[in-house]
Parts: sequence; C-alpha cells; structure tokens
Amino acid sequence: MVADPPAVAPGPAVFVARGVTRVFRTGAGEVTALRGIDLDLYAGEFVVLLGPSGSGKSTLLNILGGLDVPTAGSVRFRDHDLTQQNDAALTHYRREHVGFVFQFYNLIPSLTARENVALVTDIAPEPMRPEDALRLVGLGDRLDHFPSQLSGGEQQRVAIARSIAKRPDVLLCDEPTGALDVQTGITVLEVIERINRELGTTTAIITHNAVIAGMADRVVVLSDGRIAAIRRNSGRLPARQLVW
Amino acid sequence: MTALRQKLLRDLWRLKTQALAISLVIACGVATFVMSVSVLRSLERMGRLYYQDYRFADIFVQLTRAPRGIAPRLAEIPGVAAVQLRIVAEATLDLPGLVEPAVGRLVSIPDDAAPELNRIHLRRGRWPDPARRGEVLVNEAFAVAHRLEPGDRLQALLHGRREPLTVTGIALSPEYVYQIRGGDLLPDDLRFGVFWMRERPLAAAFDLSKACNDVALALRPEGDATAVIAAVDALLAPYGGRGAYGRSEQVSHRYVSDELAQLRGMASVPPAIFLLVAAFVLNVVLNRLIAMQREQIATLKAFGYTAREIGGHYLQFALVIAGFGLVLGVAAGAWLGRGMAGMYVDFFRFPVQEFRVDPALLLEVSLVTLAAAGLSVAVAVRRVARLAPAEAMRPPAPGAYRPVGADRLGRLFGLGWAGRMVLRQIARRPLRAAFTTTGIALAIAVMILGSFGRDMIGYVIAFQFGAVQRYDFSLGFYEPASPAALAAVARLPGVLRAEPFRTVPVRLVHGSRSRRTAVTGLATDRDLLQVLDADARPVAVPESGLLLSEKLAEHLGVRPGGSLSVEVLEGARPVREVEVTATLRDFSGLAAYLDLAALHRMMREGPRLSGAFLAVDPAASDALYRELKRTPRVASVVSQRASLRRFEAMMEANLLRMRLVNVVFASIIAFGVVYNAARVTLSERAWELATLRVVGFTRGEVSVALAAEILVLTAWAVPLGVLCGTGLAALALRALETDTQTFPLVIAPATYGAALVTVLSATAVSLLVVRRGIDRLDLVAVLKSRD
Repeated sequence: MVADPPAVAPGPAVFVARGVTRVFRTGAGEVTALRGIDLDLYAGEFVVLLGPSGSGKSTLLNILGGLDVPTAGSVRFRDHDLTQQNDAALTHYRREHVGFVFQFYNLIPSLTARENVALVTDIAPEPMRPEDALRLVGLGDRLDHFPSQLSGGEQQRVAIARSIAKRPDVLLCDEPTGALDVQTGITVLEVIERINRELGTTTAIITHNAVIAGMADRVVVLSDGRIAAIRRNSGRLPARQLVW
Repeated sequence: MTALRQKLLRDLWRLKTQALAISLVIACGVATFVMSVSVLRSLERMGRLYYQDYRFADIFVQLTRAPRGIAPRLAEIPGVAAVQLRIVAEATLDLPGLVEPAVGRLVSIPDDAAPELNRIHLRRGRWPDPARRGEVLVNEAFAVAHRLEPGDRLQALLHGRREPLTVTGIALSPEYVYQIRGGDLLPDDLRFGVFWMRERPLAAAFDLSKACNDVALALRPEGDATAVIAAVDALLAPYGGRGAYGRSEQVSHRYVSDELAQLRGMASVPPAIFLLVAAFVLNVVLNRLIAMQREQIATLKAFGYTAREIGGHYLQFALVIAGFGLVLGVAAGAWLGRGMAGMYVDFFRFPVQEFRVDPALLLEVSLVTLAAAGLSVAVAVRRVARLAPAEAMRPPAPGAYRPVGADRLGRLFGLGWAGRMVLRQIARRPLRAAFTTTGIALAIAVMILGSFGRDMIGYVIAFQFGAVQRYDFSLGFYEPASPAALAAVARLPGVLRAEPFRTVPVRLVHGSRSRRTAVTGLATDRDLLQVLDADARPVAVPESGLLLSEKLAEHLGVRPGGSLSVEVLEGARPVREVEVTATLRDFSGLAAYLDLAALHRMMREGPRLSGAFLAVDPAASDALYRELKRTPRVASVVSQRASLRRFEAMMEANLLRMRLVNVVFASIIAFGVVYNAARVTLSERAWELATLRVVGFTRGEVSVALAAEILVLTAWAVPLGVLCGTGLAALALRALETDTQTFPLVIAPATYGAALVTVLSATAVSLLVVRRGIDRLDLVAVLKSRD
C-alpha cells in the first residue's frame, strides 16, 4: 500500500519507508514486529500512529528515529539512508535531526530540569538556550528542580523541552501521555501541538489512545505489524478539545 | 560545565561512601607503593652518593700483621685503583652509663691527612691530633646512644692497657652505615661502637708500628673483583691474610642491601593486592551503576550521544575514584615514607638524610593506578558502548534464576527461604561471589603478611637466645690463650660456668663454591651453646667431622655425608678435607662447628682457646662487669642478651607503627569490599527486600537476609585468607632470604586471630552501615520504581 499524500500543507516527504520488516530473535524463536511497512512522512506534518500494544508501532518509531534498523526494506530520511548506516552514522543522525519523547520521560534523575535539557543542547549544533526551551513548555519557573521534585506532567514537559531544544527536524513521541492522567496528558499534548505549529517540526506520536488521533493531520493505524489504514483528518482538533 | 559532567559529579556524590571506600583501598595500595619505593630509592640514592663521594672500598681483608711496604705491591695488582692500609683493633670500653663493658672498634686514619678510601664525614668537632694520645672520632650511632659530645672522655682497655679516650668529633663512614659487629645477630649501638684514631697512637697501643692488620682496596671500573681477591690472598697469605672479600660480604653493606631487598618486596606484593581488590570492587560497583542506568544510557544514545562519549562518561567515573585514591595515596605514602625513612635513621647513618618522592615515581604510580582502574571497568564500559538503545528502553528481564546445585545443598541442610535466597543469589553470580570472598580473604592476608614478622623475629630470638646461645656472655681473648686463662675466667666473681671455644677464620670450599667464615671448636662437655639439628634436636659434636648450618651447607652445595675442603686462614694455614656429618638449624648465619680437640689437631696446636662462654650469677654480675672492664687479656665481652632487650624495645616501637598501618589498611580493604558488596546487593534486591518488608517481615529479618549472603562469603574467606596470608608470608620470606641467611615461617595463632578479628570487625561495621540503608528503604517508592 502506498500512502496518499496529505491534503493539507503538502511539503516534501522527509521520511520514505519501503517494505520495512523487523524480526526479533529471542530465545524462544523469532518474533516479527513489522511486516513490510510502506510509509511517507512529510515536512511539518503531525502524524499519529495508532495501534494496540504489540502492533509494531514502537518498533517503527525506533527505526524512524535511528534507534533500530530494519531486518529488510529501506528507510530514507531526506538524503540519509537509515538502513545502510553504521552505529556512528545513526548516532550522528539522531544527534542532528531527531527529538524523542518517551512514555516514562527518561529524565536523568541526578540532573535538574535545566541540566536535563542542557544534556542535549551541549551536543547540538544550533540549540535553543535550555531556559528558553523550558519556557516554551511552560516550565520557566521550574528550571532548577530535580525530576523527583516535579509532577509527572512536568517531567514529561521537561522531556519535551529537552527533545525540542536542539530544534530537531522530527519529533518522535512514544506514548507521551501513557503515564499521565487526562488533564496532564492534555497539557502535554498542547505543548507538542504548539511545537509542531510554531516550529514546524515534523511530529509523530504513537499511542493506543484513539482520541489523540483527532489532533493529527494523518492517522496511521497499525495492526499486527502492518498498516491497516491511513486516515486523513479534515481538520486538526485542538488538544484542549480532546476528551477520553 | 556540561550536563554530562554534572551528572558524573552527582552520581559520584550519590555513591560517595562506596566511591570513597574504593578510593581508600586504592590509596592504601598507592601509599604502600609510594612509601616503600620512595624510601627504597632515597636509600639507594643516599647510599650510592655516599659510597661514591666517600670512596667506599670494594675489597676488604683482615690480616695478622703486614709491613706498610706492602702497599705498592697491592697497588700493582691489575684492577686496583687505590690501597688503604689500616690498623683495626678492638678494645673493651668502660662507659659511665653502662654497667657491662662495651666493645669499641678502633680504626686507624692517616696521621697527617684524611683517609683516601672509606672517607670520614665529620659531623661535629675536629679531627684528632696525631701528637696527642687517645684522641678519637666516634661513630655517630654510638655517640647518640651514649650522648657523647666532642670533649667527652671514656675509659678503654687498649691491648690490655687502660687508657682514656677523648672524643674530638662525631663522624660517619660508608663502611659503617649499619653499625654491627660481624657475627652478631643484633645491632646494639650501646655496646658496640666504631672509633677512628690517628695511626701513630693506635699503632703504638697495639704494637703495630710501621705495620697494618687491615687492608681496603678500591677497584678500577674495569677491575675484576674475583681476580683481585685471588691476587690479594696470594700476596697476603704470608702475613696472616684471612681471605679478601668484596662488598657483598662486608657487614654494613650486606645489611643495607638486605634491607633494600626487603623494601623491594614490600613495594611489589602489597600494592598489587590493594590494586587488585580496588579494581574488582570498582568493577562490581560500576557494573551495578550501569545496570541501574540502563535507561539513562539508552536515552543519552537516543539523543545522539556517541558510544565513545557515554563510554568515556563511565570511564571517568572510575578514573575520578582512582584519581582521588591516587592523590590520597601519594600524600599518605609521602607522609608514611617520611616516617619510615625516620625509622631508618636509627639504623642507617648517612651524611645527608634526604627523603624524596621523585616525580618519575609519581608518574609511574599514576599510570599504573589509572590503567588498573581503566582496565577494571573496560568490559563494563564496552558493554555501555554496545548497549542497543531501543533494547535498553525496555526494562531488563527478571534475573534468570534456576534451581541450582546449591538448592540441593540447601535442602540437605534444611534451609528456609532466606537461606535458599542467599544460596541462589550466590550461585547466580558465582564470579562476583568469588571476588567478594577473595577480597575479604586478601584483607585477612594483608593483616597476616603485615604482622607475622614479629612472630618470626620472636621465634628466631627465642630459638637463638633460648635454645642455642644459652650463655650470658661470650668473652674473647686477645690472643689464643691456654686453659689456665679459662680457669682464671672461671674464678672471676659471679661466673657460674665457663666453657671454652676456639675460633679460626677459614674458607670452606666445595667444588667451585666457597665461603669465608669461621669454624668454632666446641668442648664436648658443654651446656652453654647447644647445637641443634634441622628438627631442633640437640646434636652431639662428632669427634671428627663438621657441623654446618643448613644455609651454609646449601650455599656450598654440600650434604651430610659429603666432604669439603677447610682452608684455615690463620697460623700455619693448613688445608684439610673434612666430612660434613650433619646440618644445623641456626639463624645467625654461617655457623660451622668442630670438636675442640679435632680443631686443635687440625691446627696442629695445643689446647689454645679463643674465648669462653660464660653463665653468670645475675646478683654478682655488676662486680663481674667491673672486673672484666679491667682484665687486660680480655679483648671483648659480648652480651647479646643485653643487646636483645634494646633491640626488642626498638623493634617494638617500629613494629607497633607498622602494625597500626596494617590494621588500618586491612580494615579499609575489608570495609571497601564488604560495604560495596552489601550496597550492590541491597540495590539489586531493594525491590525484593522491600516486598519482604511489605508482606510483614521485620527490618531485622530482612537485614539477616541481606547480611547472610555476606556472612556466607566471609565464612568462606576465612580459610582462604589464612591460606593466602601464610602463602604470602612464605613468599615474603623467600624475598628476604640472602645466600647466607634464612628465616623460618612462623605465624603465631594470635596473629591469625588478630587478622580475623580485624577483618570480621570491619565486615560487621560495613554491614551495620548498610543496615541503615534497609531502615531507610522507602517501601512505596521502591515498589513503584521499575528498577
């Protein structure tokens, strides 16, 4: 299945994935997580990857983010072939282009909010100031708090500040609201929405929460390692209006 | 500061006690190394410069009497650079502060100049005036022991004549860096001293005008010592030459080099143990840290940190700990080294006592320490570098526990759940368990290694002075005397028993091996000198046939039943083939005994005696001392028992210091190993232990579950440590062994006991510290967290 181009704001495709297959070898045998995925993502686009757990969405996100390589098939990010690169090149790719947001925030507990962001700005070519990134997510007054002193939502916003501070080309979010209550989850989604809108960062969110799909330009539904459907929303719902 | 650096500091701070414990173990290793090597190199440097600047001779020989005209003939020997003819004689000294007589060795110096070889360093005062009788320089060690100052006077018996000596100066010589009388087991600066006197008065006192009885030679750089010794022996044989020898047989030099060899041993084994232990603890702690930070590592990787950057981050963790230990160790080593060098001042006298920690040593120790730290974590760091970020995001699978062989053991002993948990935990990480056990065992070994010296010396002293030399005094005559002299000695007040002996200088030759020593002829009816065989059983001296100390026999390569050639270096200089009938246990070095009558027969002489062993009534000893100080025929009175007390007091003080250092170091090792092992276990099993607490186990019960593992490992470490310590002690003794001296491996039960008590206490303390961690276990937080 070849993906349709988006109706709204059709930019050039930044990701082109063809026939992506990923097989994990475990002690018990082989587990196929992805079975020949074809997908294009476009510049500035907001995409939600939807699917139950075990559908392969995390694996796909990891491959797009250069954390993992497919067993077969090809993935291109602009002129980078993500399947043919060694670890150093993938590291470089992540460093330059990708921002990650994880379900469990993955903040370094021994570093303050500001330092957690600095962790990324230290190695990025043209980063924002950590303080600016934190202000952008509404945490300008929590700069010197340690993760343990922040609420779950605040921690996730620090994680978002950390991932956008380097001005990434793509923002990949793995269940960013999975560990949060509804209200906090919505606050976090608002931040992601704003980043996508104001900075024009290509954004992909994976979730099993179908409600979130409403904020996307396009919704990619995964099931059992395959793309089951691609839906284009006629309009994006503001995060504030989501209810679940 | 970068955020990653910030993380490093925070991680270090969080693990500060563990990090500090490792740093301290490293510091112990570095300190021992810096201490022993800097003292070693300082002594070597001081010795080398001293020998060079003061022209310490290369070849030495004693003789009966030779005309001074012999000098040019000695100088002609190829390879000889300089010749020094001297008179060396011993006198009985009567010192105000000392009831018993002391022995003074008088060494002549030229009348109008300073000696060319074995030059003298004048500390204070002035050179003696050749025109005035009785003016002497006194060796500093003796001067210090008796608080002698220039201008002080003391009474001496020179060749049977009472004569006052006036101290004009305090001096040092490279020949007497260590002041001990050849053949004595212990140094005693109170009872033996070296003096320098102008030649003319000394020659007059000993009837050696225009003659000498001692020669020292310096070799040219290309000179062949063996050839020169042979030529000198040939030349001096008619003058009663007792056989020339090189520096290796020169008493002071030999003691100094033995001491340096001991320091070299000290510089290798203990530091290696400390570094090994530190390396393994570092490895365990870093592995645990990495396991705990799996997700953090993955996150860093996800954000584009390279494997090198992240690996470097964890490597830095190890290097900071090692670096801190290094700095601490260097400071402690320099400080301890200074103290140790101070201890040597009591024994070794150099003109300049300069202790220095040289920069090259610092560079060496830094490289070794940092390399050891780096290597110890290399595998862990590589694992970090290889960690696949996507995988690391997922929580680690639960530890793969399987029913293990240990379970059967557990069932066998009817262990409850706690016991089984412990056994499975150990069985799951056998390598780490082995490391922990080894670490504790090494702490025990360090204690044993550090303290057994006292047992060994105690044994040697008890053996030598309790079982072998049972006399109170050994008394030497000027010239070999008749039995009438012995009878006269026996009549002296307080003498309970007097047994004669005859000593002749010999060279023992067996095949290509030879050794200069003395053969002592012993009377058959004898009580004051016991001769003991290898199993410490008394041996009768055979009618003919030689008894040799084990070490001397080994050195010569001769066994009981074999025979060797005895070349007497006195009188008619007979050469005899003699059978060796038995070997003896003897720690004084080169003992060789013959039956007194057999010795007389060999010398083709009548009943001539060199001296007597005396047993003395302590109540009458003062009167005897007074008498002996005035008896002209008596050349020397040696009371090694008196020396013993002084030596023991001195050693006690020094050993006490070393012992304290050992206790501290062993405790640090034990603490470092146990604390970290317990900490890591607590961290790994926090979830499990918290669960136990939640389901209703008390803190005490949970602590037992944690402590049990450590205690099981400690229990295994005890026999291993005892074995290791004994082995290392045996190894250390081998390093101390010289070609003439051997030391018995004696470790008192108390030493083992002290080692165990120290290490077990350190273990208990570290467990108590970790116990506080259990008390603080935040049950809710632990159960919520994923790790």
